[in-house]
Amino acid sequence: MKLKLATLALAGAMTAAVPAMADLVFPSLSYRTGPYAANGIPFADGYADYLTLLNERDGGIGGVPIKMLECETGYNTEKGVECYESTKGEGALVYQPLSTGITYQLIPKATADGIPVHSMGYGRTSAKNGKVFPFIFNYPANYWDGASIAVKHLLDLNGGDIAGKKVALVYHNSAYGKEPIRTLEELAKKHGYELSLLPVDHPGQEQKSQWLQIRREKPDYVLMWGWGVMNQVAIQEAANIRFPMENFIGIWWSGSENDVLPVGDGANGYKALTLANPGMDYPIYDALKTYVYDKGMAAGAGDQAGTVLYNRGMYAAMLAAEAARKAQELSGVAQIDAGMMRDGMEALAITEARMTELGLPNFGPEFAVTCENHGGSGLGKVQQWDAATGKWNVITDWIESDKSIIDPLVLEDSAAYAAENGITEGCN
Amino acid sequence: MFYREAGDFSTTYPQDSQTFPIRFDRYRYYAVLVIAFAVVPFIINDYWLNAIFLPFLIYSIAAIGLNILVGYCGQVSLGTGGFMAVGAYSCYKFMTGVDIWLMGADGQMIQYALPPINIFFSVILAGLVTAAVGVLFGLPSLRIKGFYLAVATLAAQFFLVWLFNKWEWAYNYSASGQINAPTRGFLGVDVTGPATEAWATYLFCLMFVIGSAVLARNLTRGSVGRKWMAIRDMDIAAEIIGVNPLRAKLSAFAVSSFFVGVSGALFFSVYLGAVEVGEAFGIQKSFLVLFMIIIGGLGSIFGSFAGAAFMVLLPVLLKNTLVGTLGWPTDLAAHIEFIIVGALIVVFLILEPHGLAQLWRVAKEKLRLWPFPY
Amino acid sequence: MMPDQLLFAMEVTLNGLMAGVLYALVALGFVLIFKASGIFNYAQGVMALFAALTLVGIMDGQVPFSHLINAMFGTDIHDFGWHVPAVLAIALTMVLMVGFAWLVNRLVLRHLVNQEPIILFMATIGLAYFLEGFGDIMWGSDIKKLDVGLPQGLNAFIDDTTYGWFGYGFFIDNLDIVATVIAALLVTGLVLFSQYTKQGRALRAVADDHQAALSVGISLNFIWVLVWSVAGFVALVAGIMWGAKSGVQFSLSLIALKALPVLMLGGFTSIPGAIVGGLIIGVGEKLFEFIAGPALGGATENWFAYVLALLFLVFRPQGLFGEKIIERV
Repeated sequence: MKLKLATLALAGAMTAAVPAMADLVFPSLSYRTGPYAANGIPFADGYADYLTLLNERDGGIGGVPIKMLECETGYNTEKGVECYESTKGEGALVYQPLSTGITYQLIPKATADGIPVHSMGYGRTSAKNGKVFPFIFNYPANYWDGASIAVKHLLDLNGGDIAGKKVALVYHNSAYGKEPIRTLEELAKKHGYELSLLPVDHPGQEQKSQWLQIRREKPDYVLMWGWGVMNQVAIQEAANIRFPMENFIGIWWSGSENDVLPVGDGANGYKALTLANPGMDYPIYDALKTYVYDKGMAAGAGDQAGTVLYNRGMYAAMLAAEAARKAQELSGVAQIDAGMMRDGMEALAITEARMTELGLPNFGPEFAVTCENHGGSGLGKVQQWDAATGKWNVITDWIESDKSIIDPLVLEDSAAYAAENGITEGCN
Repeated sequence: MFYREAGDFSTTYPQDSQTFPIRFDRYRYYAVLVIAFAVVPFIINDYWLNAIFLPFLIYSIAAIGLNILVGYCGQVSLGTGGFMAVGAYSCYKFMTGVDIWLMGADGQMIQYALPPINIFFSVILAGLVTAAVGVLFGLPSLRIKGFYLAVATLAAQFFLVWLFNKWEWAYNYSASGQINAPTRGFLGVDVTGPATEAWATYLFCLMFVIGSAVLARNLTRGSVGRKWMAIRDMDIAAEIIGVNPLRAKLSAFAVSSFFVGVSGALFFSVYLGAVEVGEAFGIQKSFLVLFMIIIGGLGSIFGSFAGAAFMVLLPVLLKNTLVGTLGWPTDLAAHIEFIIVGALIVVFLILEPHGLAQLWRVAKEKLRLWPFPY
Repeated sequence: MMPDQLLFAMEVTLNGLMAGVLYALVALGFVLIFKASGIFNYAQGVMALFAALTLVGIMDGQVPFSHLINAMFGTDIHDFGWHVPAVLAIALTMVLMVGFAWLVNRLVLRHLVNQEPIILFMATIGLAYFLEGFGDIMWGSDIKKLDVGLPQGLNAFIDDTTYGWFGYGFFIDNLDIVATVIAALLVTGLVLFSQYTKQGRALRAVADDHQAALSVGISLNFIWVLVWSVAGFVALVAGIMWGAKSGVQFSLSLIALKALPVLMLGGFTSIPGAIVGGLIIGVGEKLFEFIAGPALGGATENWFAYVLALLFLVFRPQGLFGEKIIERV
């Protein structure tokens, strides 16, 4: 760690002196402080460790070393802007801010600067439409996919018929939490369930009213779009009112160890969606141990390996690295720039064979990005918490979202954005 | 030595009561203006603009506004964030065209949209709307004083944030409740939207800052300002000598909210470009602006600028030093930043409770006598 | 049989009362300090967070500042590997809070005697920033599970009894019942302390008139340390209660915002005011959410508490039990 500090300082001094782009620069807009720190830390650690692994084992990507610039946002949009401005001049290839607010901020800015943004499973859903958002990517799945996957899971549980069932949505009262409402309403029309909405204000420390209401109205299922402390409190309150946990399903941002561990046994059976598998049973962890952990180069406190959000951070880094590799292949240049990175992301295809090669067999969904579709395949799994063993167990195979509902919504929303900002559609 | 008033003679009343009675001060002020208008625009880049200059300029306006209320009129307010939100959302409505829904003859709602208003006037109108809202939330100040009032203004803060989160009309029915500033120009130059030039947004904000400062300065030294100060010093005594507390307090709320609204409008449209109310205009914002005026100096226009500069620069400086130069892990640096900012605030209050403006005053006094102090 | 809506309203009211007790717990800390020193201590919420963090840290045998130490010296230490029983850990935490009180008094308050209230208020916000960063660097910013053996979840007895009476079982959280009992004990203890001990009487004397208290030989320094320590204790209790609900993490410091309307309503200087104010706010916001929430789209609690307190103040500007301020020119 001491060594790392020294190298970091040295690297800092060197880049200050020579702004030439000798590395592949991946900025990491992380948040290890503030109200959402507990969620930000594992993601940032996973992201950093994977990139460190590439540097240590392969000497970077295509022979060019990776430089990760970490910048603390504290989940605050103003600091996010500062971070963006301070790193974009260093030759940043792709931004992954892990905050819906900051993503909205960066969409116009990054597009104008020609730097791609990858909001993996968050951010603006309609950015899926690559014709309108050429520089924004949100593969492999987005919030609307998530809403649809959750409803599909309910359909599977009920033999394909949930007409007349009552579904409640407990959501973070912000841009992030409001995202699935439209989709769930449309799906309600299609499948005939009753939807009720229960907003929870930031930070969500006090949710007694919402859960008393759930207790009174006895919905058959509760969906949750929560983040930070709101998750633990909601799961705790659900356990308190003895709501059947297997009927309580969170989005992928409401399904980490942090959310269920504080609740203890009460959380047993709680379900959440997932974008990539949890756990450490992957060959890549052997490599990480050899090249990163044992050398004392693990990011942060080094105690997050194998958690849901750590794996997701690692997955995000893996997708970014693969896109960079693709970009090198397409352009024939090892030292790619942001524009080439964008082309690489747009041509990205993740196959099972490739994931196995990378030491992550059956880890995430297979998908291919195209110019029109920046949103990937829209696949997700459902995982369930087992309090006795303290593990998330994946209980379904990949579930595909209902594109017949989502695609028109994406088109409508992106068309509105295009009209508002005078964007002509690309991909012709 | 060079900072002296010897040879400065005032021969008329206007000369005697001007803002900068000492010639050196006046020239320094002109020099600052020249640098701000003629030098900075040519050297500014995106990083300096977005990390330092825009937040500094915009928070300065908010700080001037709050200083009028707290520093000049003595009414402590913690509703600044909420009022900035009013400014931001009304600016958004004005710049995209206010739509009105009316019941048609057949019972259908019909939408009438006004044409979008030029961004410059949108910002001013947003200020006026905020002034009206400010007066409304200022009404309790006629009954409630001190900390009770401070906490009461939090009602405005929380209510307004909730309102803009809920009221779909305010964010043009967008799915997520975010508002995005479309591209708008002033005098043919884009000042909002993604593809703006650094110098254009800088000058646009600077214009509002100078306007606000001049307006505030002239209001506070006129009869209106003297009434505010009378109320601040002792409201009962002020009432006895003929100051109408209703008018004085409400006018302070109105003027203060106007500035805060303008800063909120600029904050959204020019600086961030996309805003979510709970995150951008939460209670933290109220505290931040209050910090600025206390660190800067209550009852001082200069203090508002100094405080805004301090609170904007310090975190950026600390971050760049700790992470950039010393290479510390970002989380440690962020924690230590908190510790240092907190400690500095306390130290400041202990050393100079009247803020940077007072330090500046003391320094000027010393300079006038230097090098022969008695 | 009673109509369902009435039953629901009764349940909501009961839960509101319980929530009110939790708000009052936080508000108590504010009142103590304001009464004794005229300082509106914004750091009270962060003190609750800090106390709870320390408690968990000690219980789990965490090494303080481990992240900093590891980063500086390249070591890899996290915990001592022992587990401290809750009672002992609470005692140790209290020692730390007393030490904190002493430091605050020594380094900050002493130098700010006779300043305007707003300056003192700002100083406590500075203190809050400091403590936030310090707590995080000392114990790390991950979520910690606080388990001091408090019961949680639905109280089956009340559920069954009310079901027998009305055909609808009321939900009352066991933790809330415990909190109510503890709050009652705490208030009784505080009242006894301030009425029947020498220090308590000195404290009341200081609250009444600083200068008169000084002139009869009461040490202001001692009283301030004492009152900050007691506030630290109240913060610890509040931290435990809220921490048991949600895990100990950053947002715990935001509970201060829940206490402010309680203070407005009850008056900054009255301990019974904090309790009654807490109950009114708790019931008011929960009932309003129940009645008007669905029509307004929910999440009204945050602002309604303030608006309720505001409306109340317009009619009684010094709060429910606050002292009437007599102004002279």
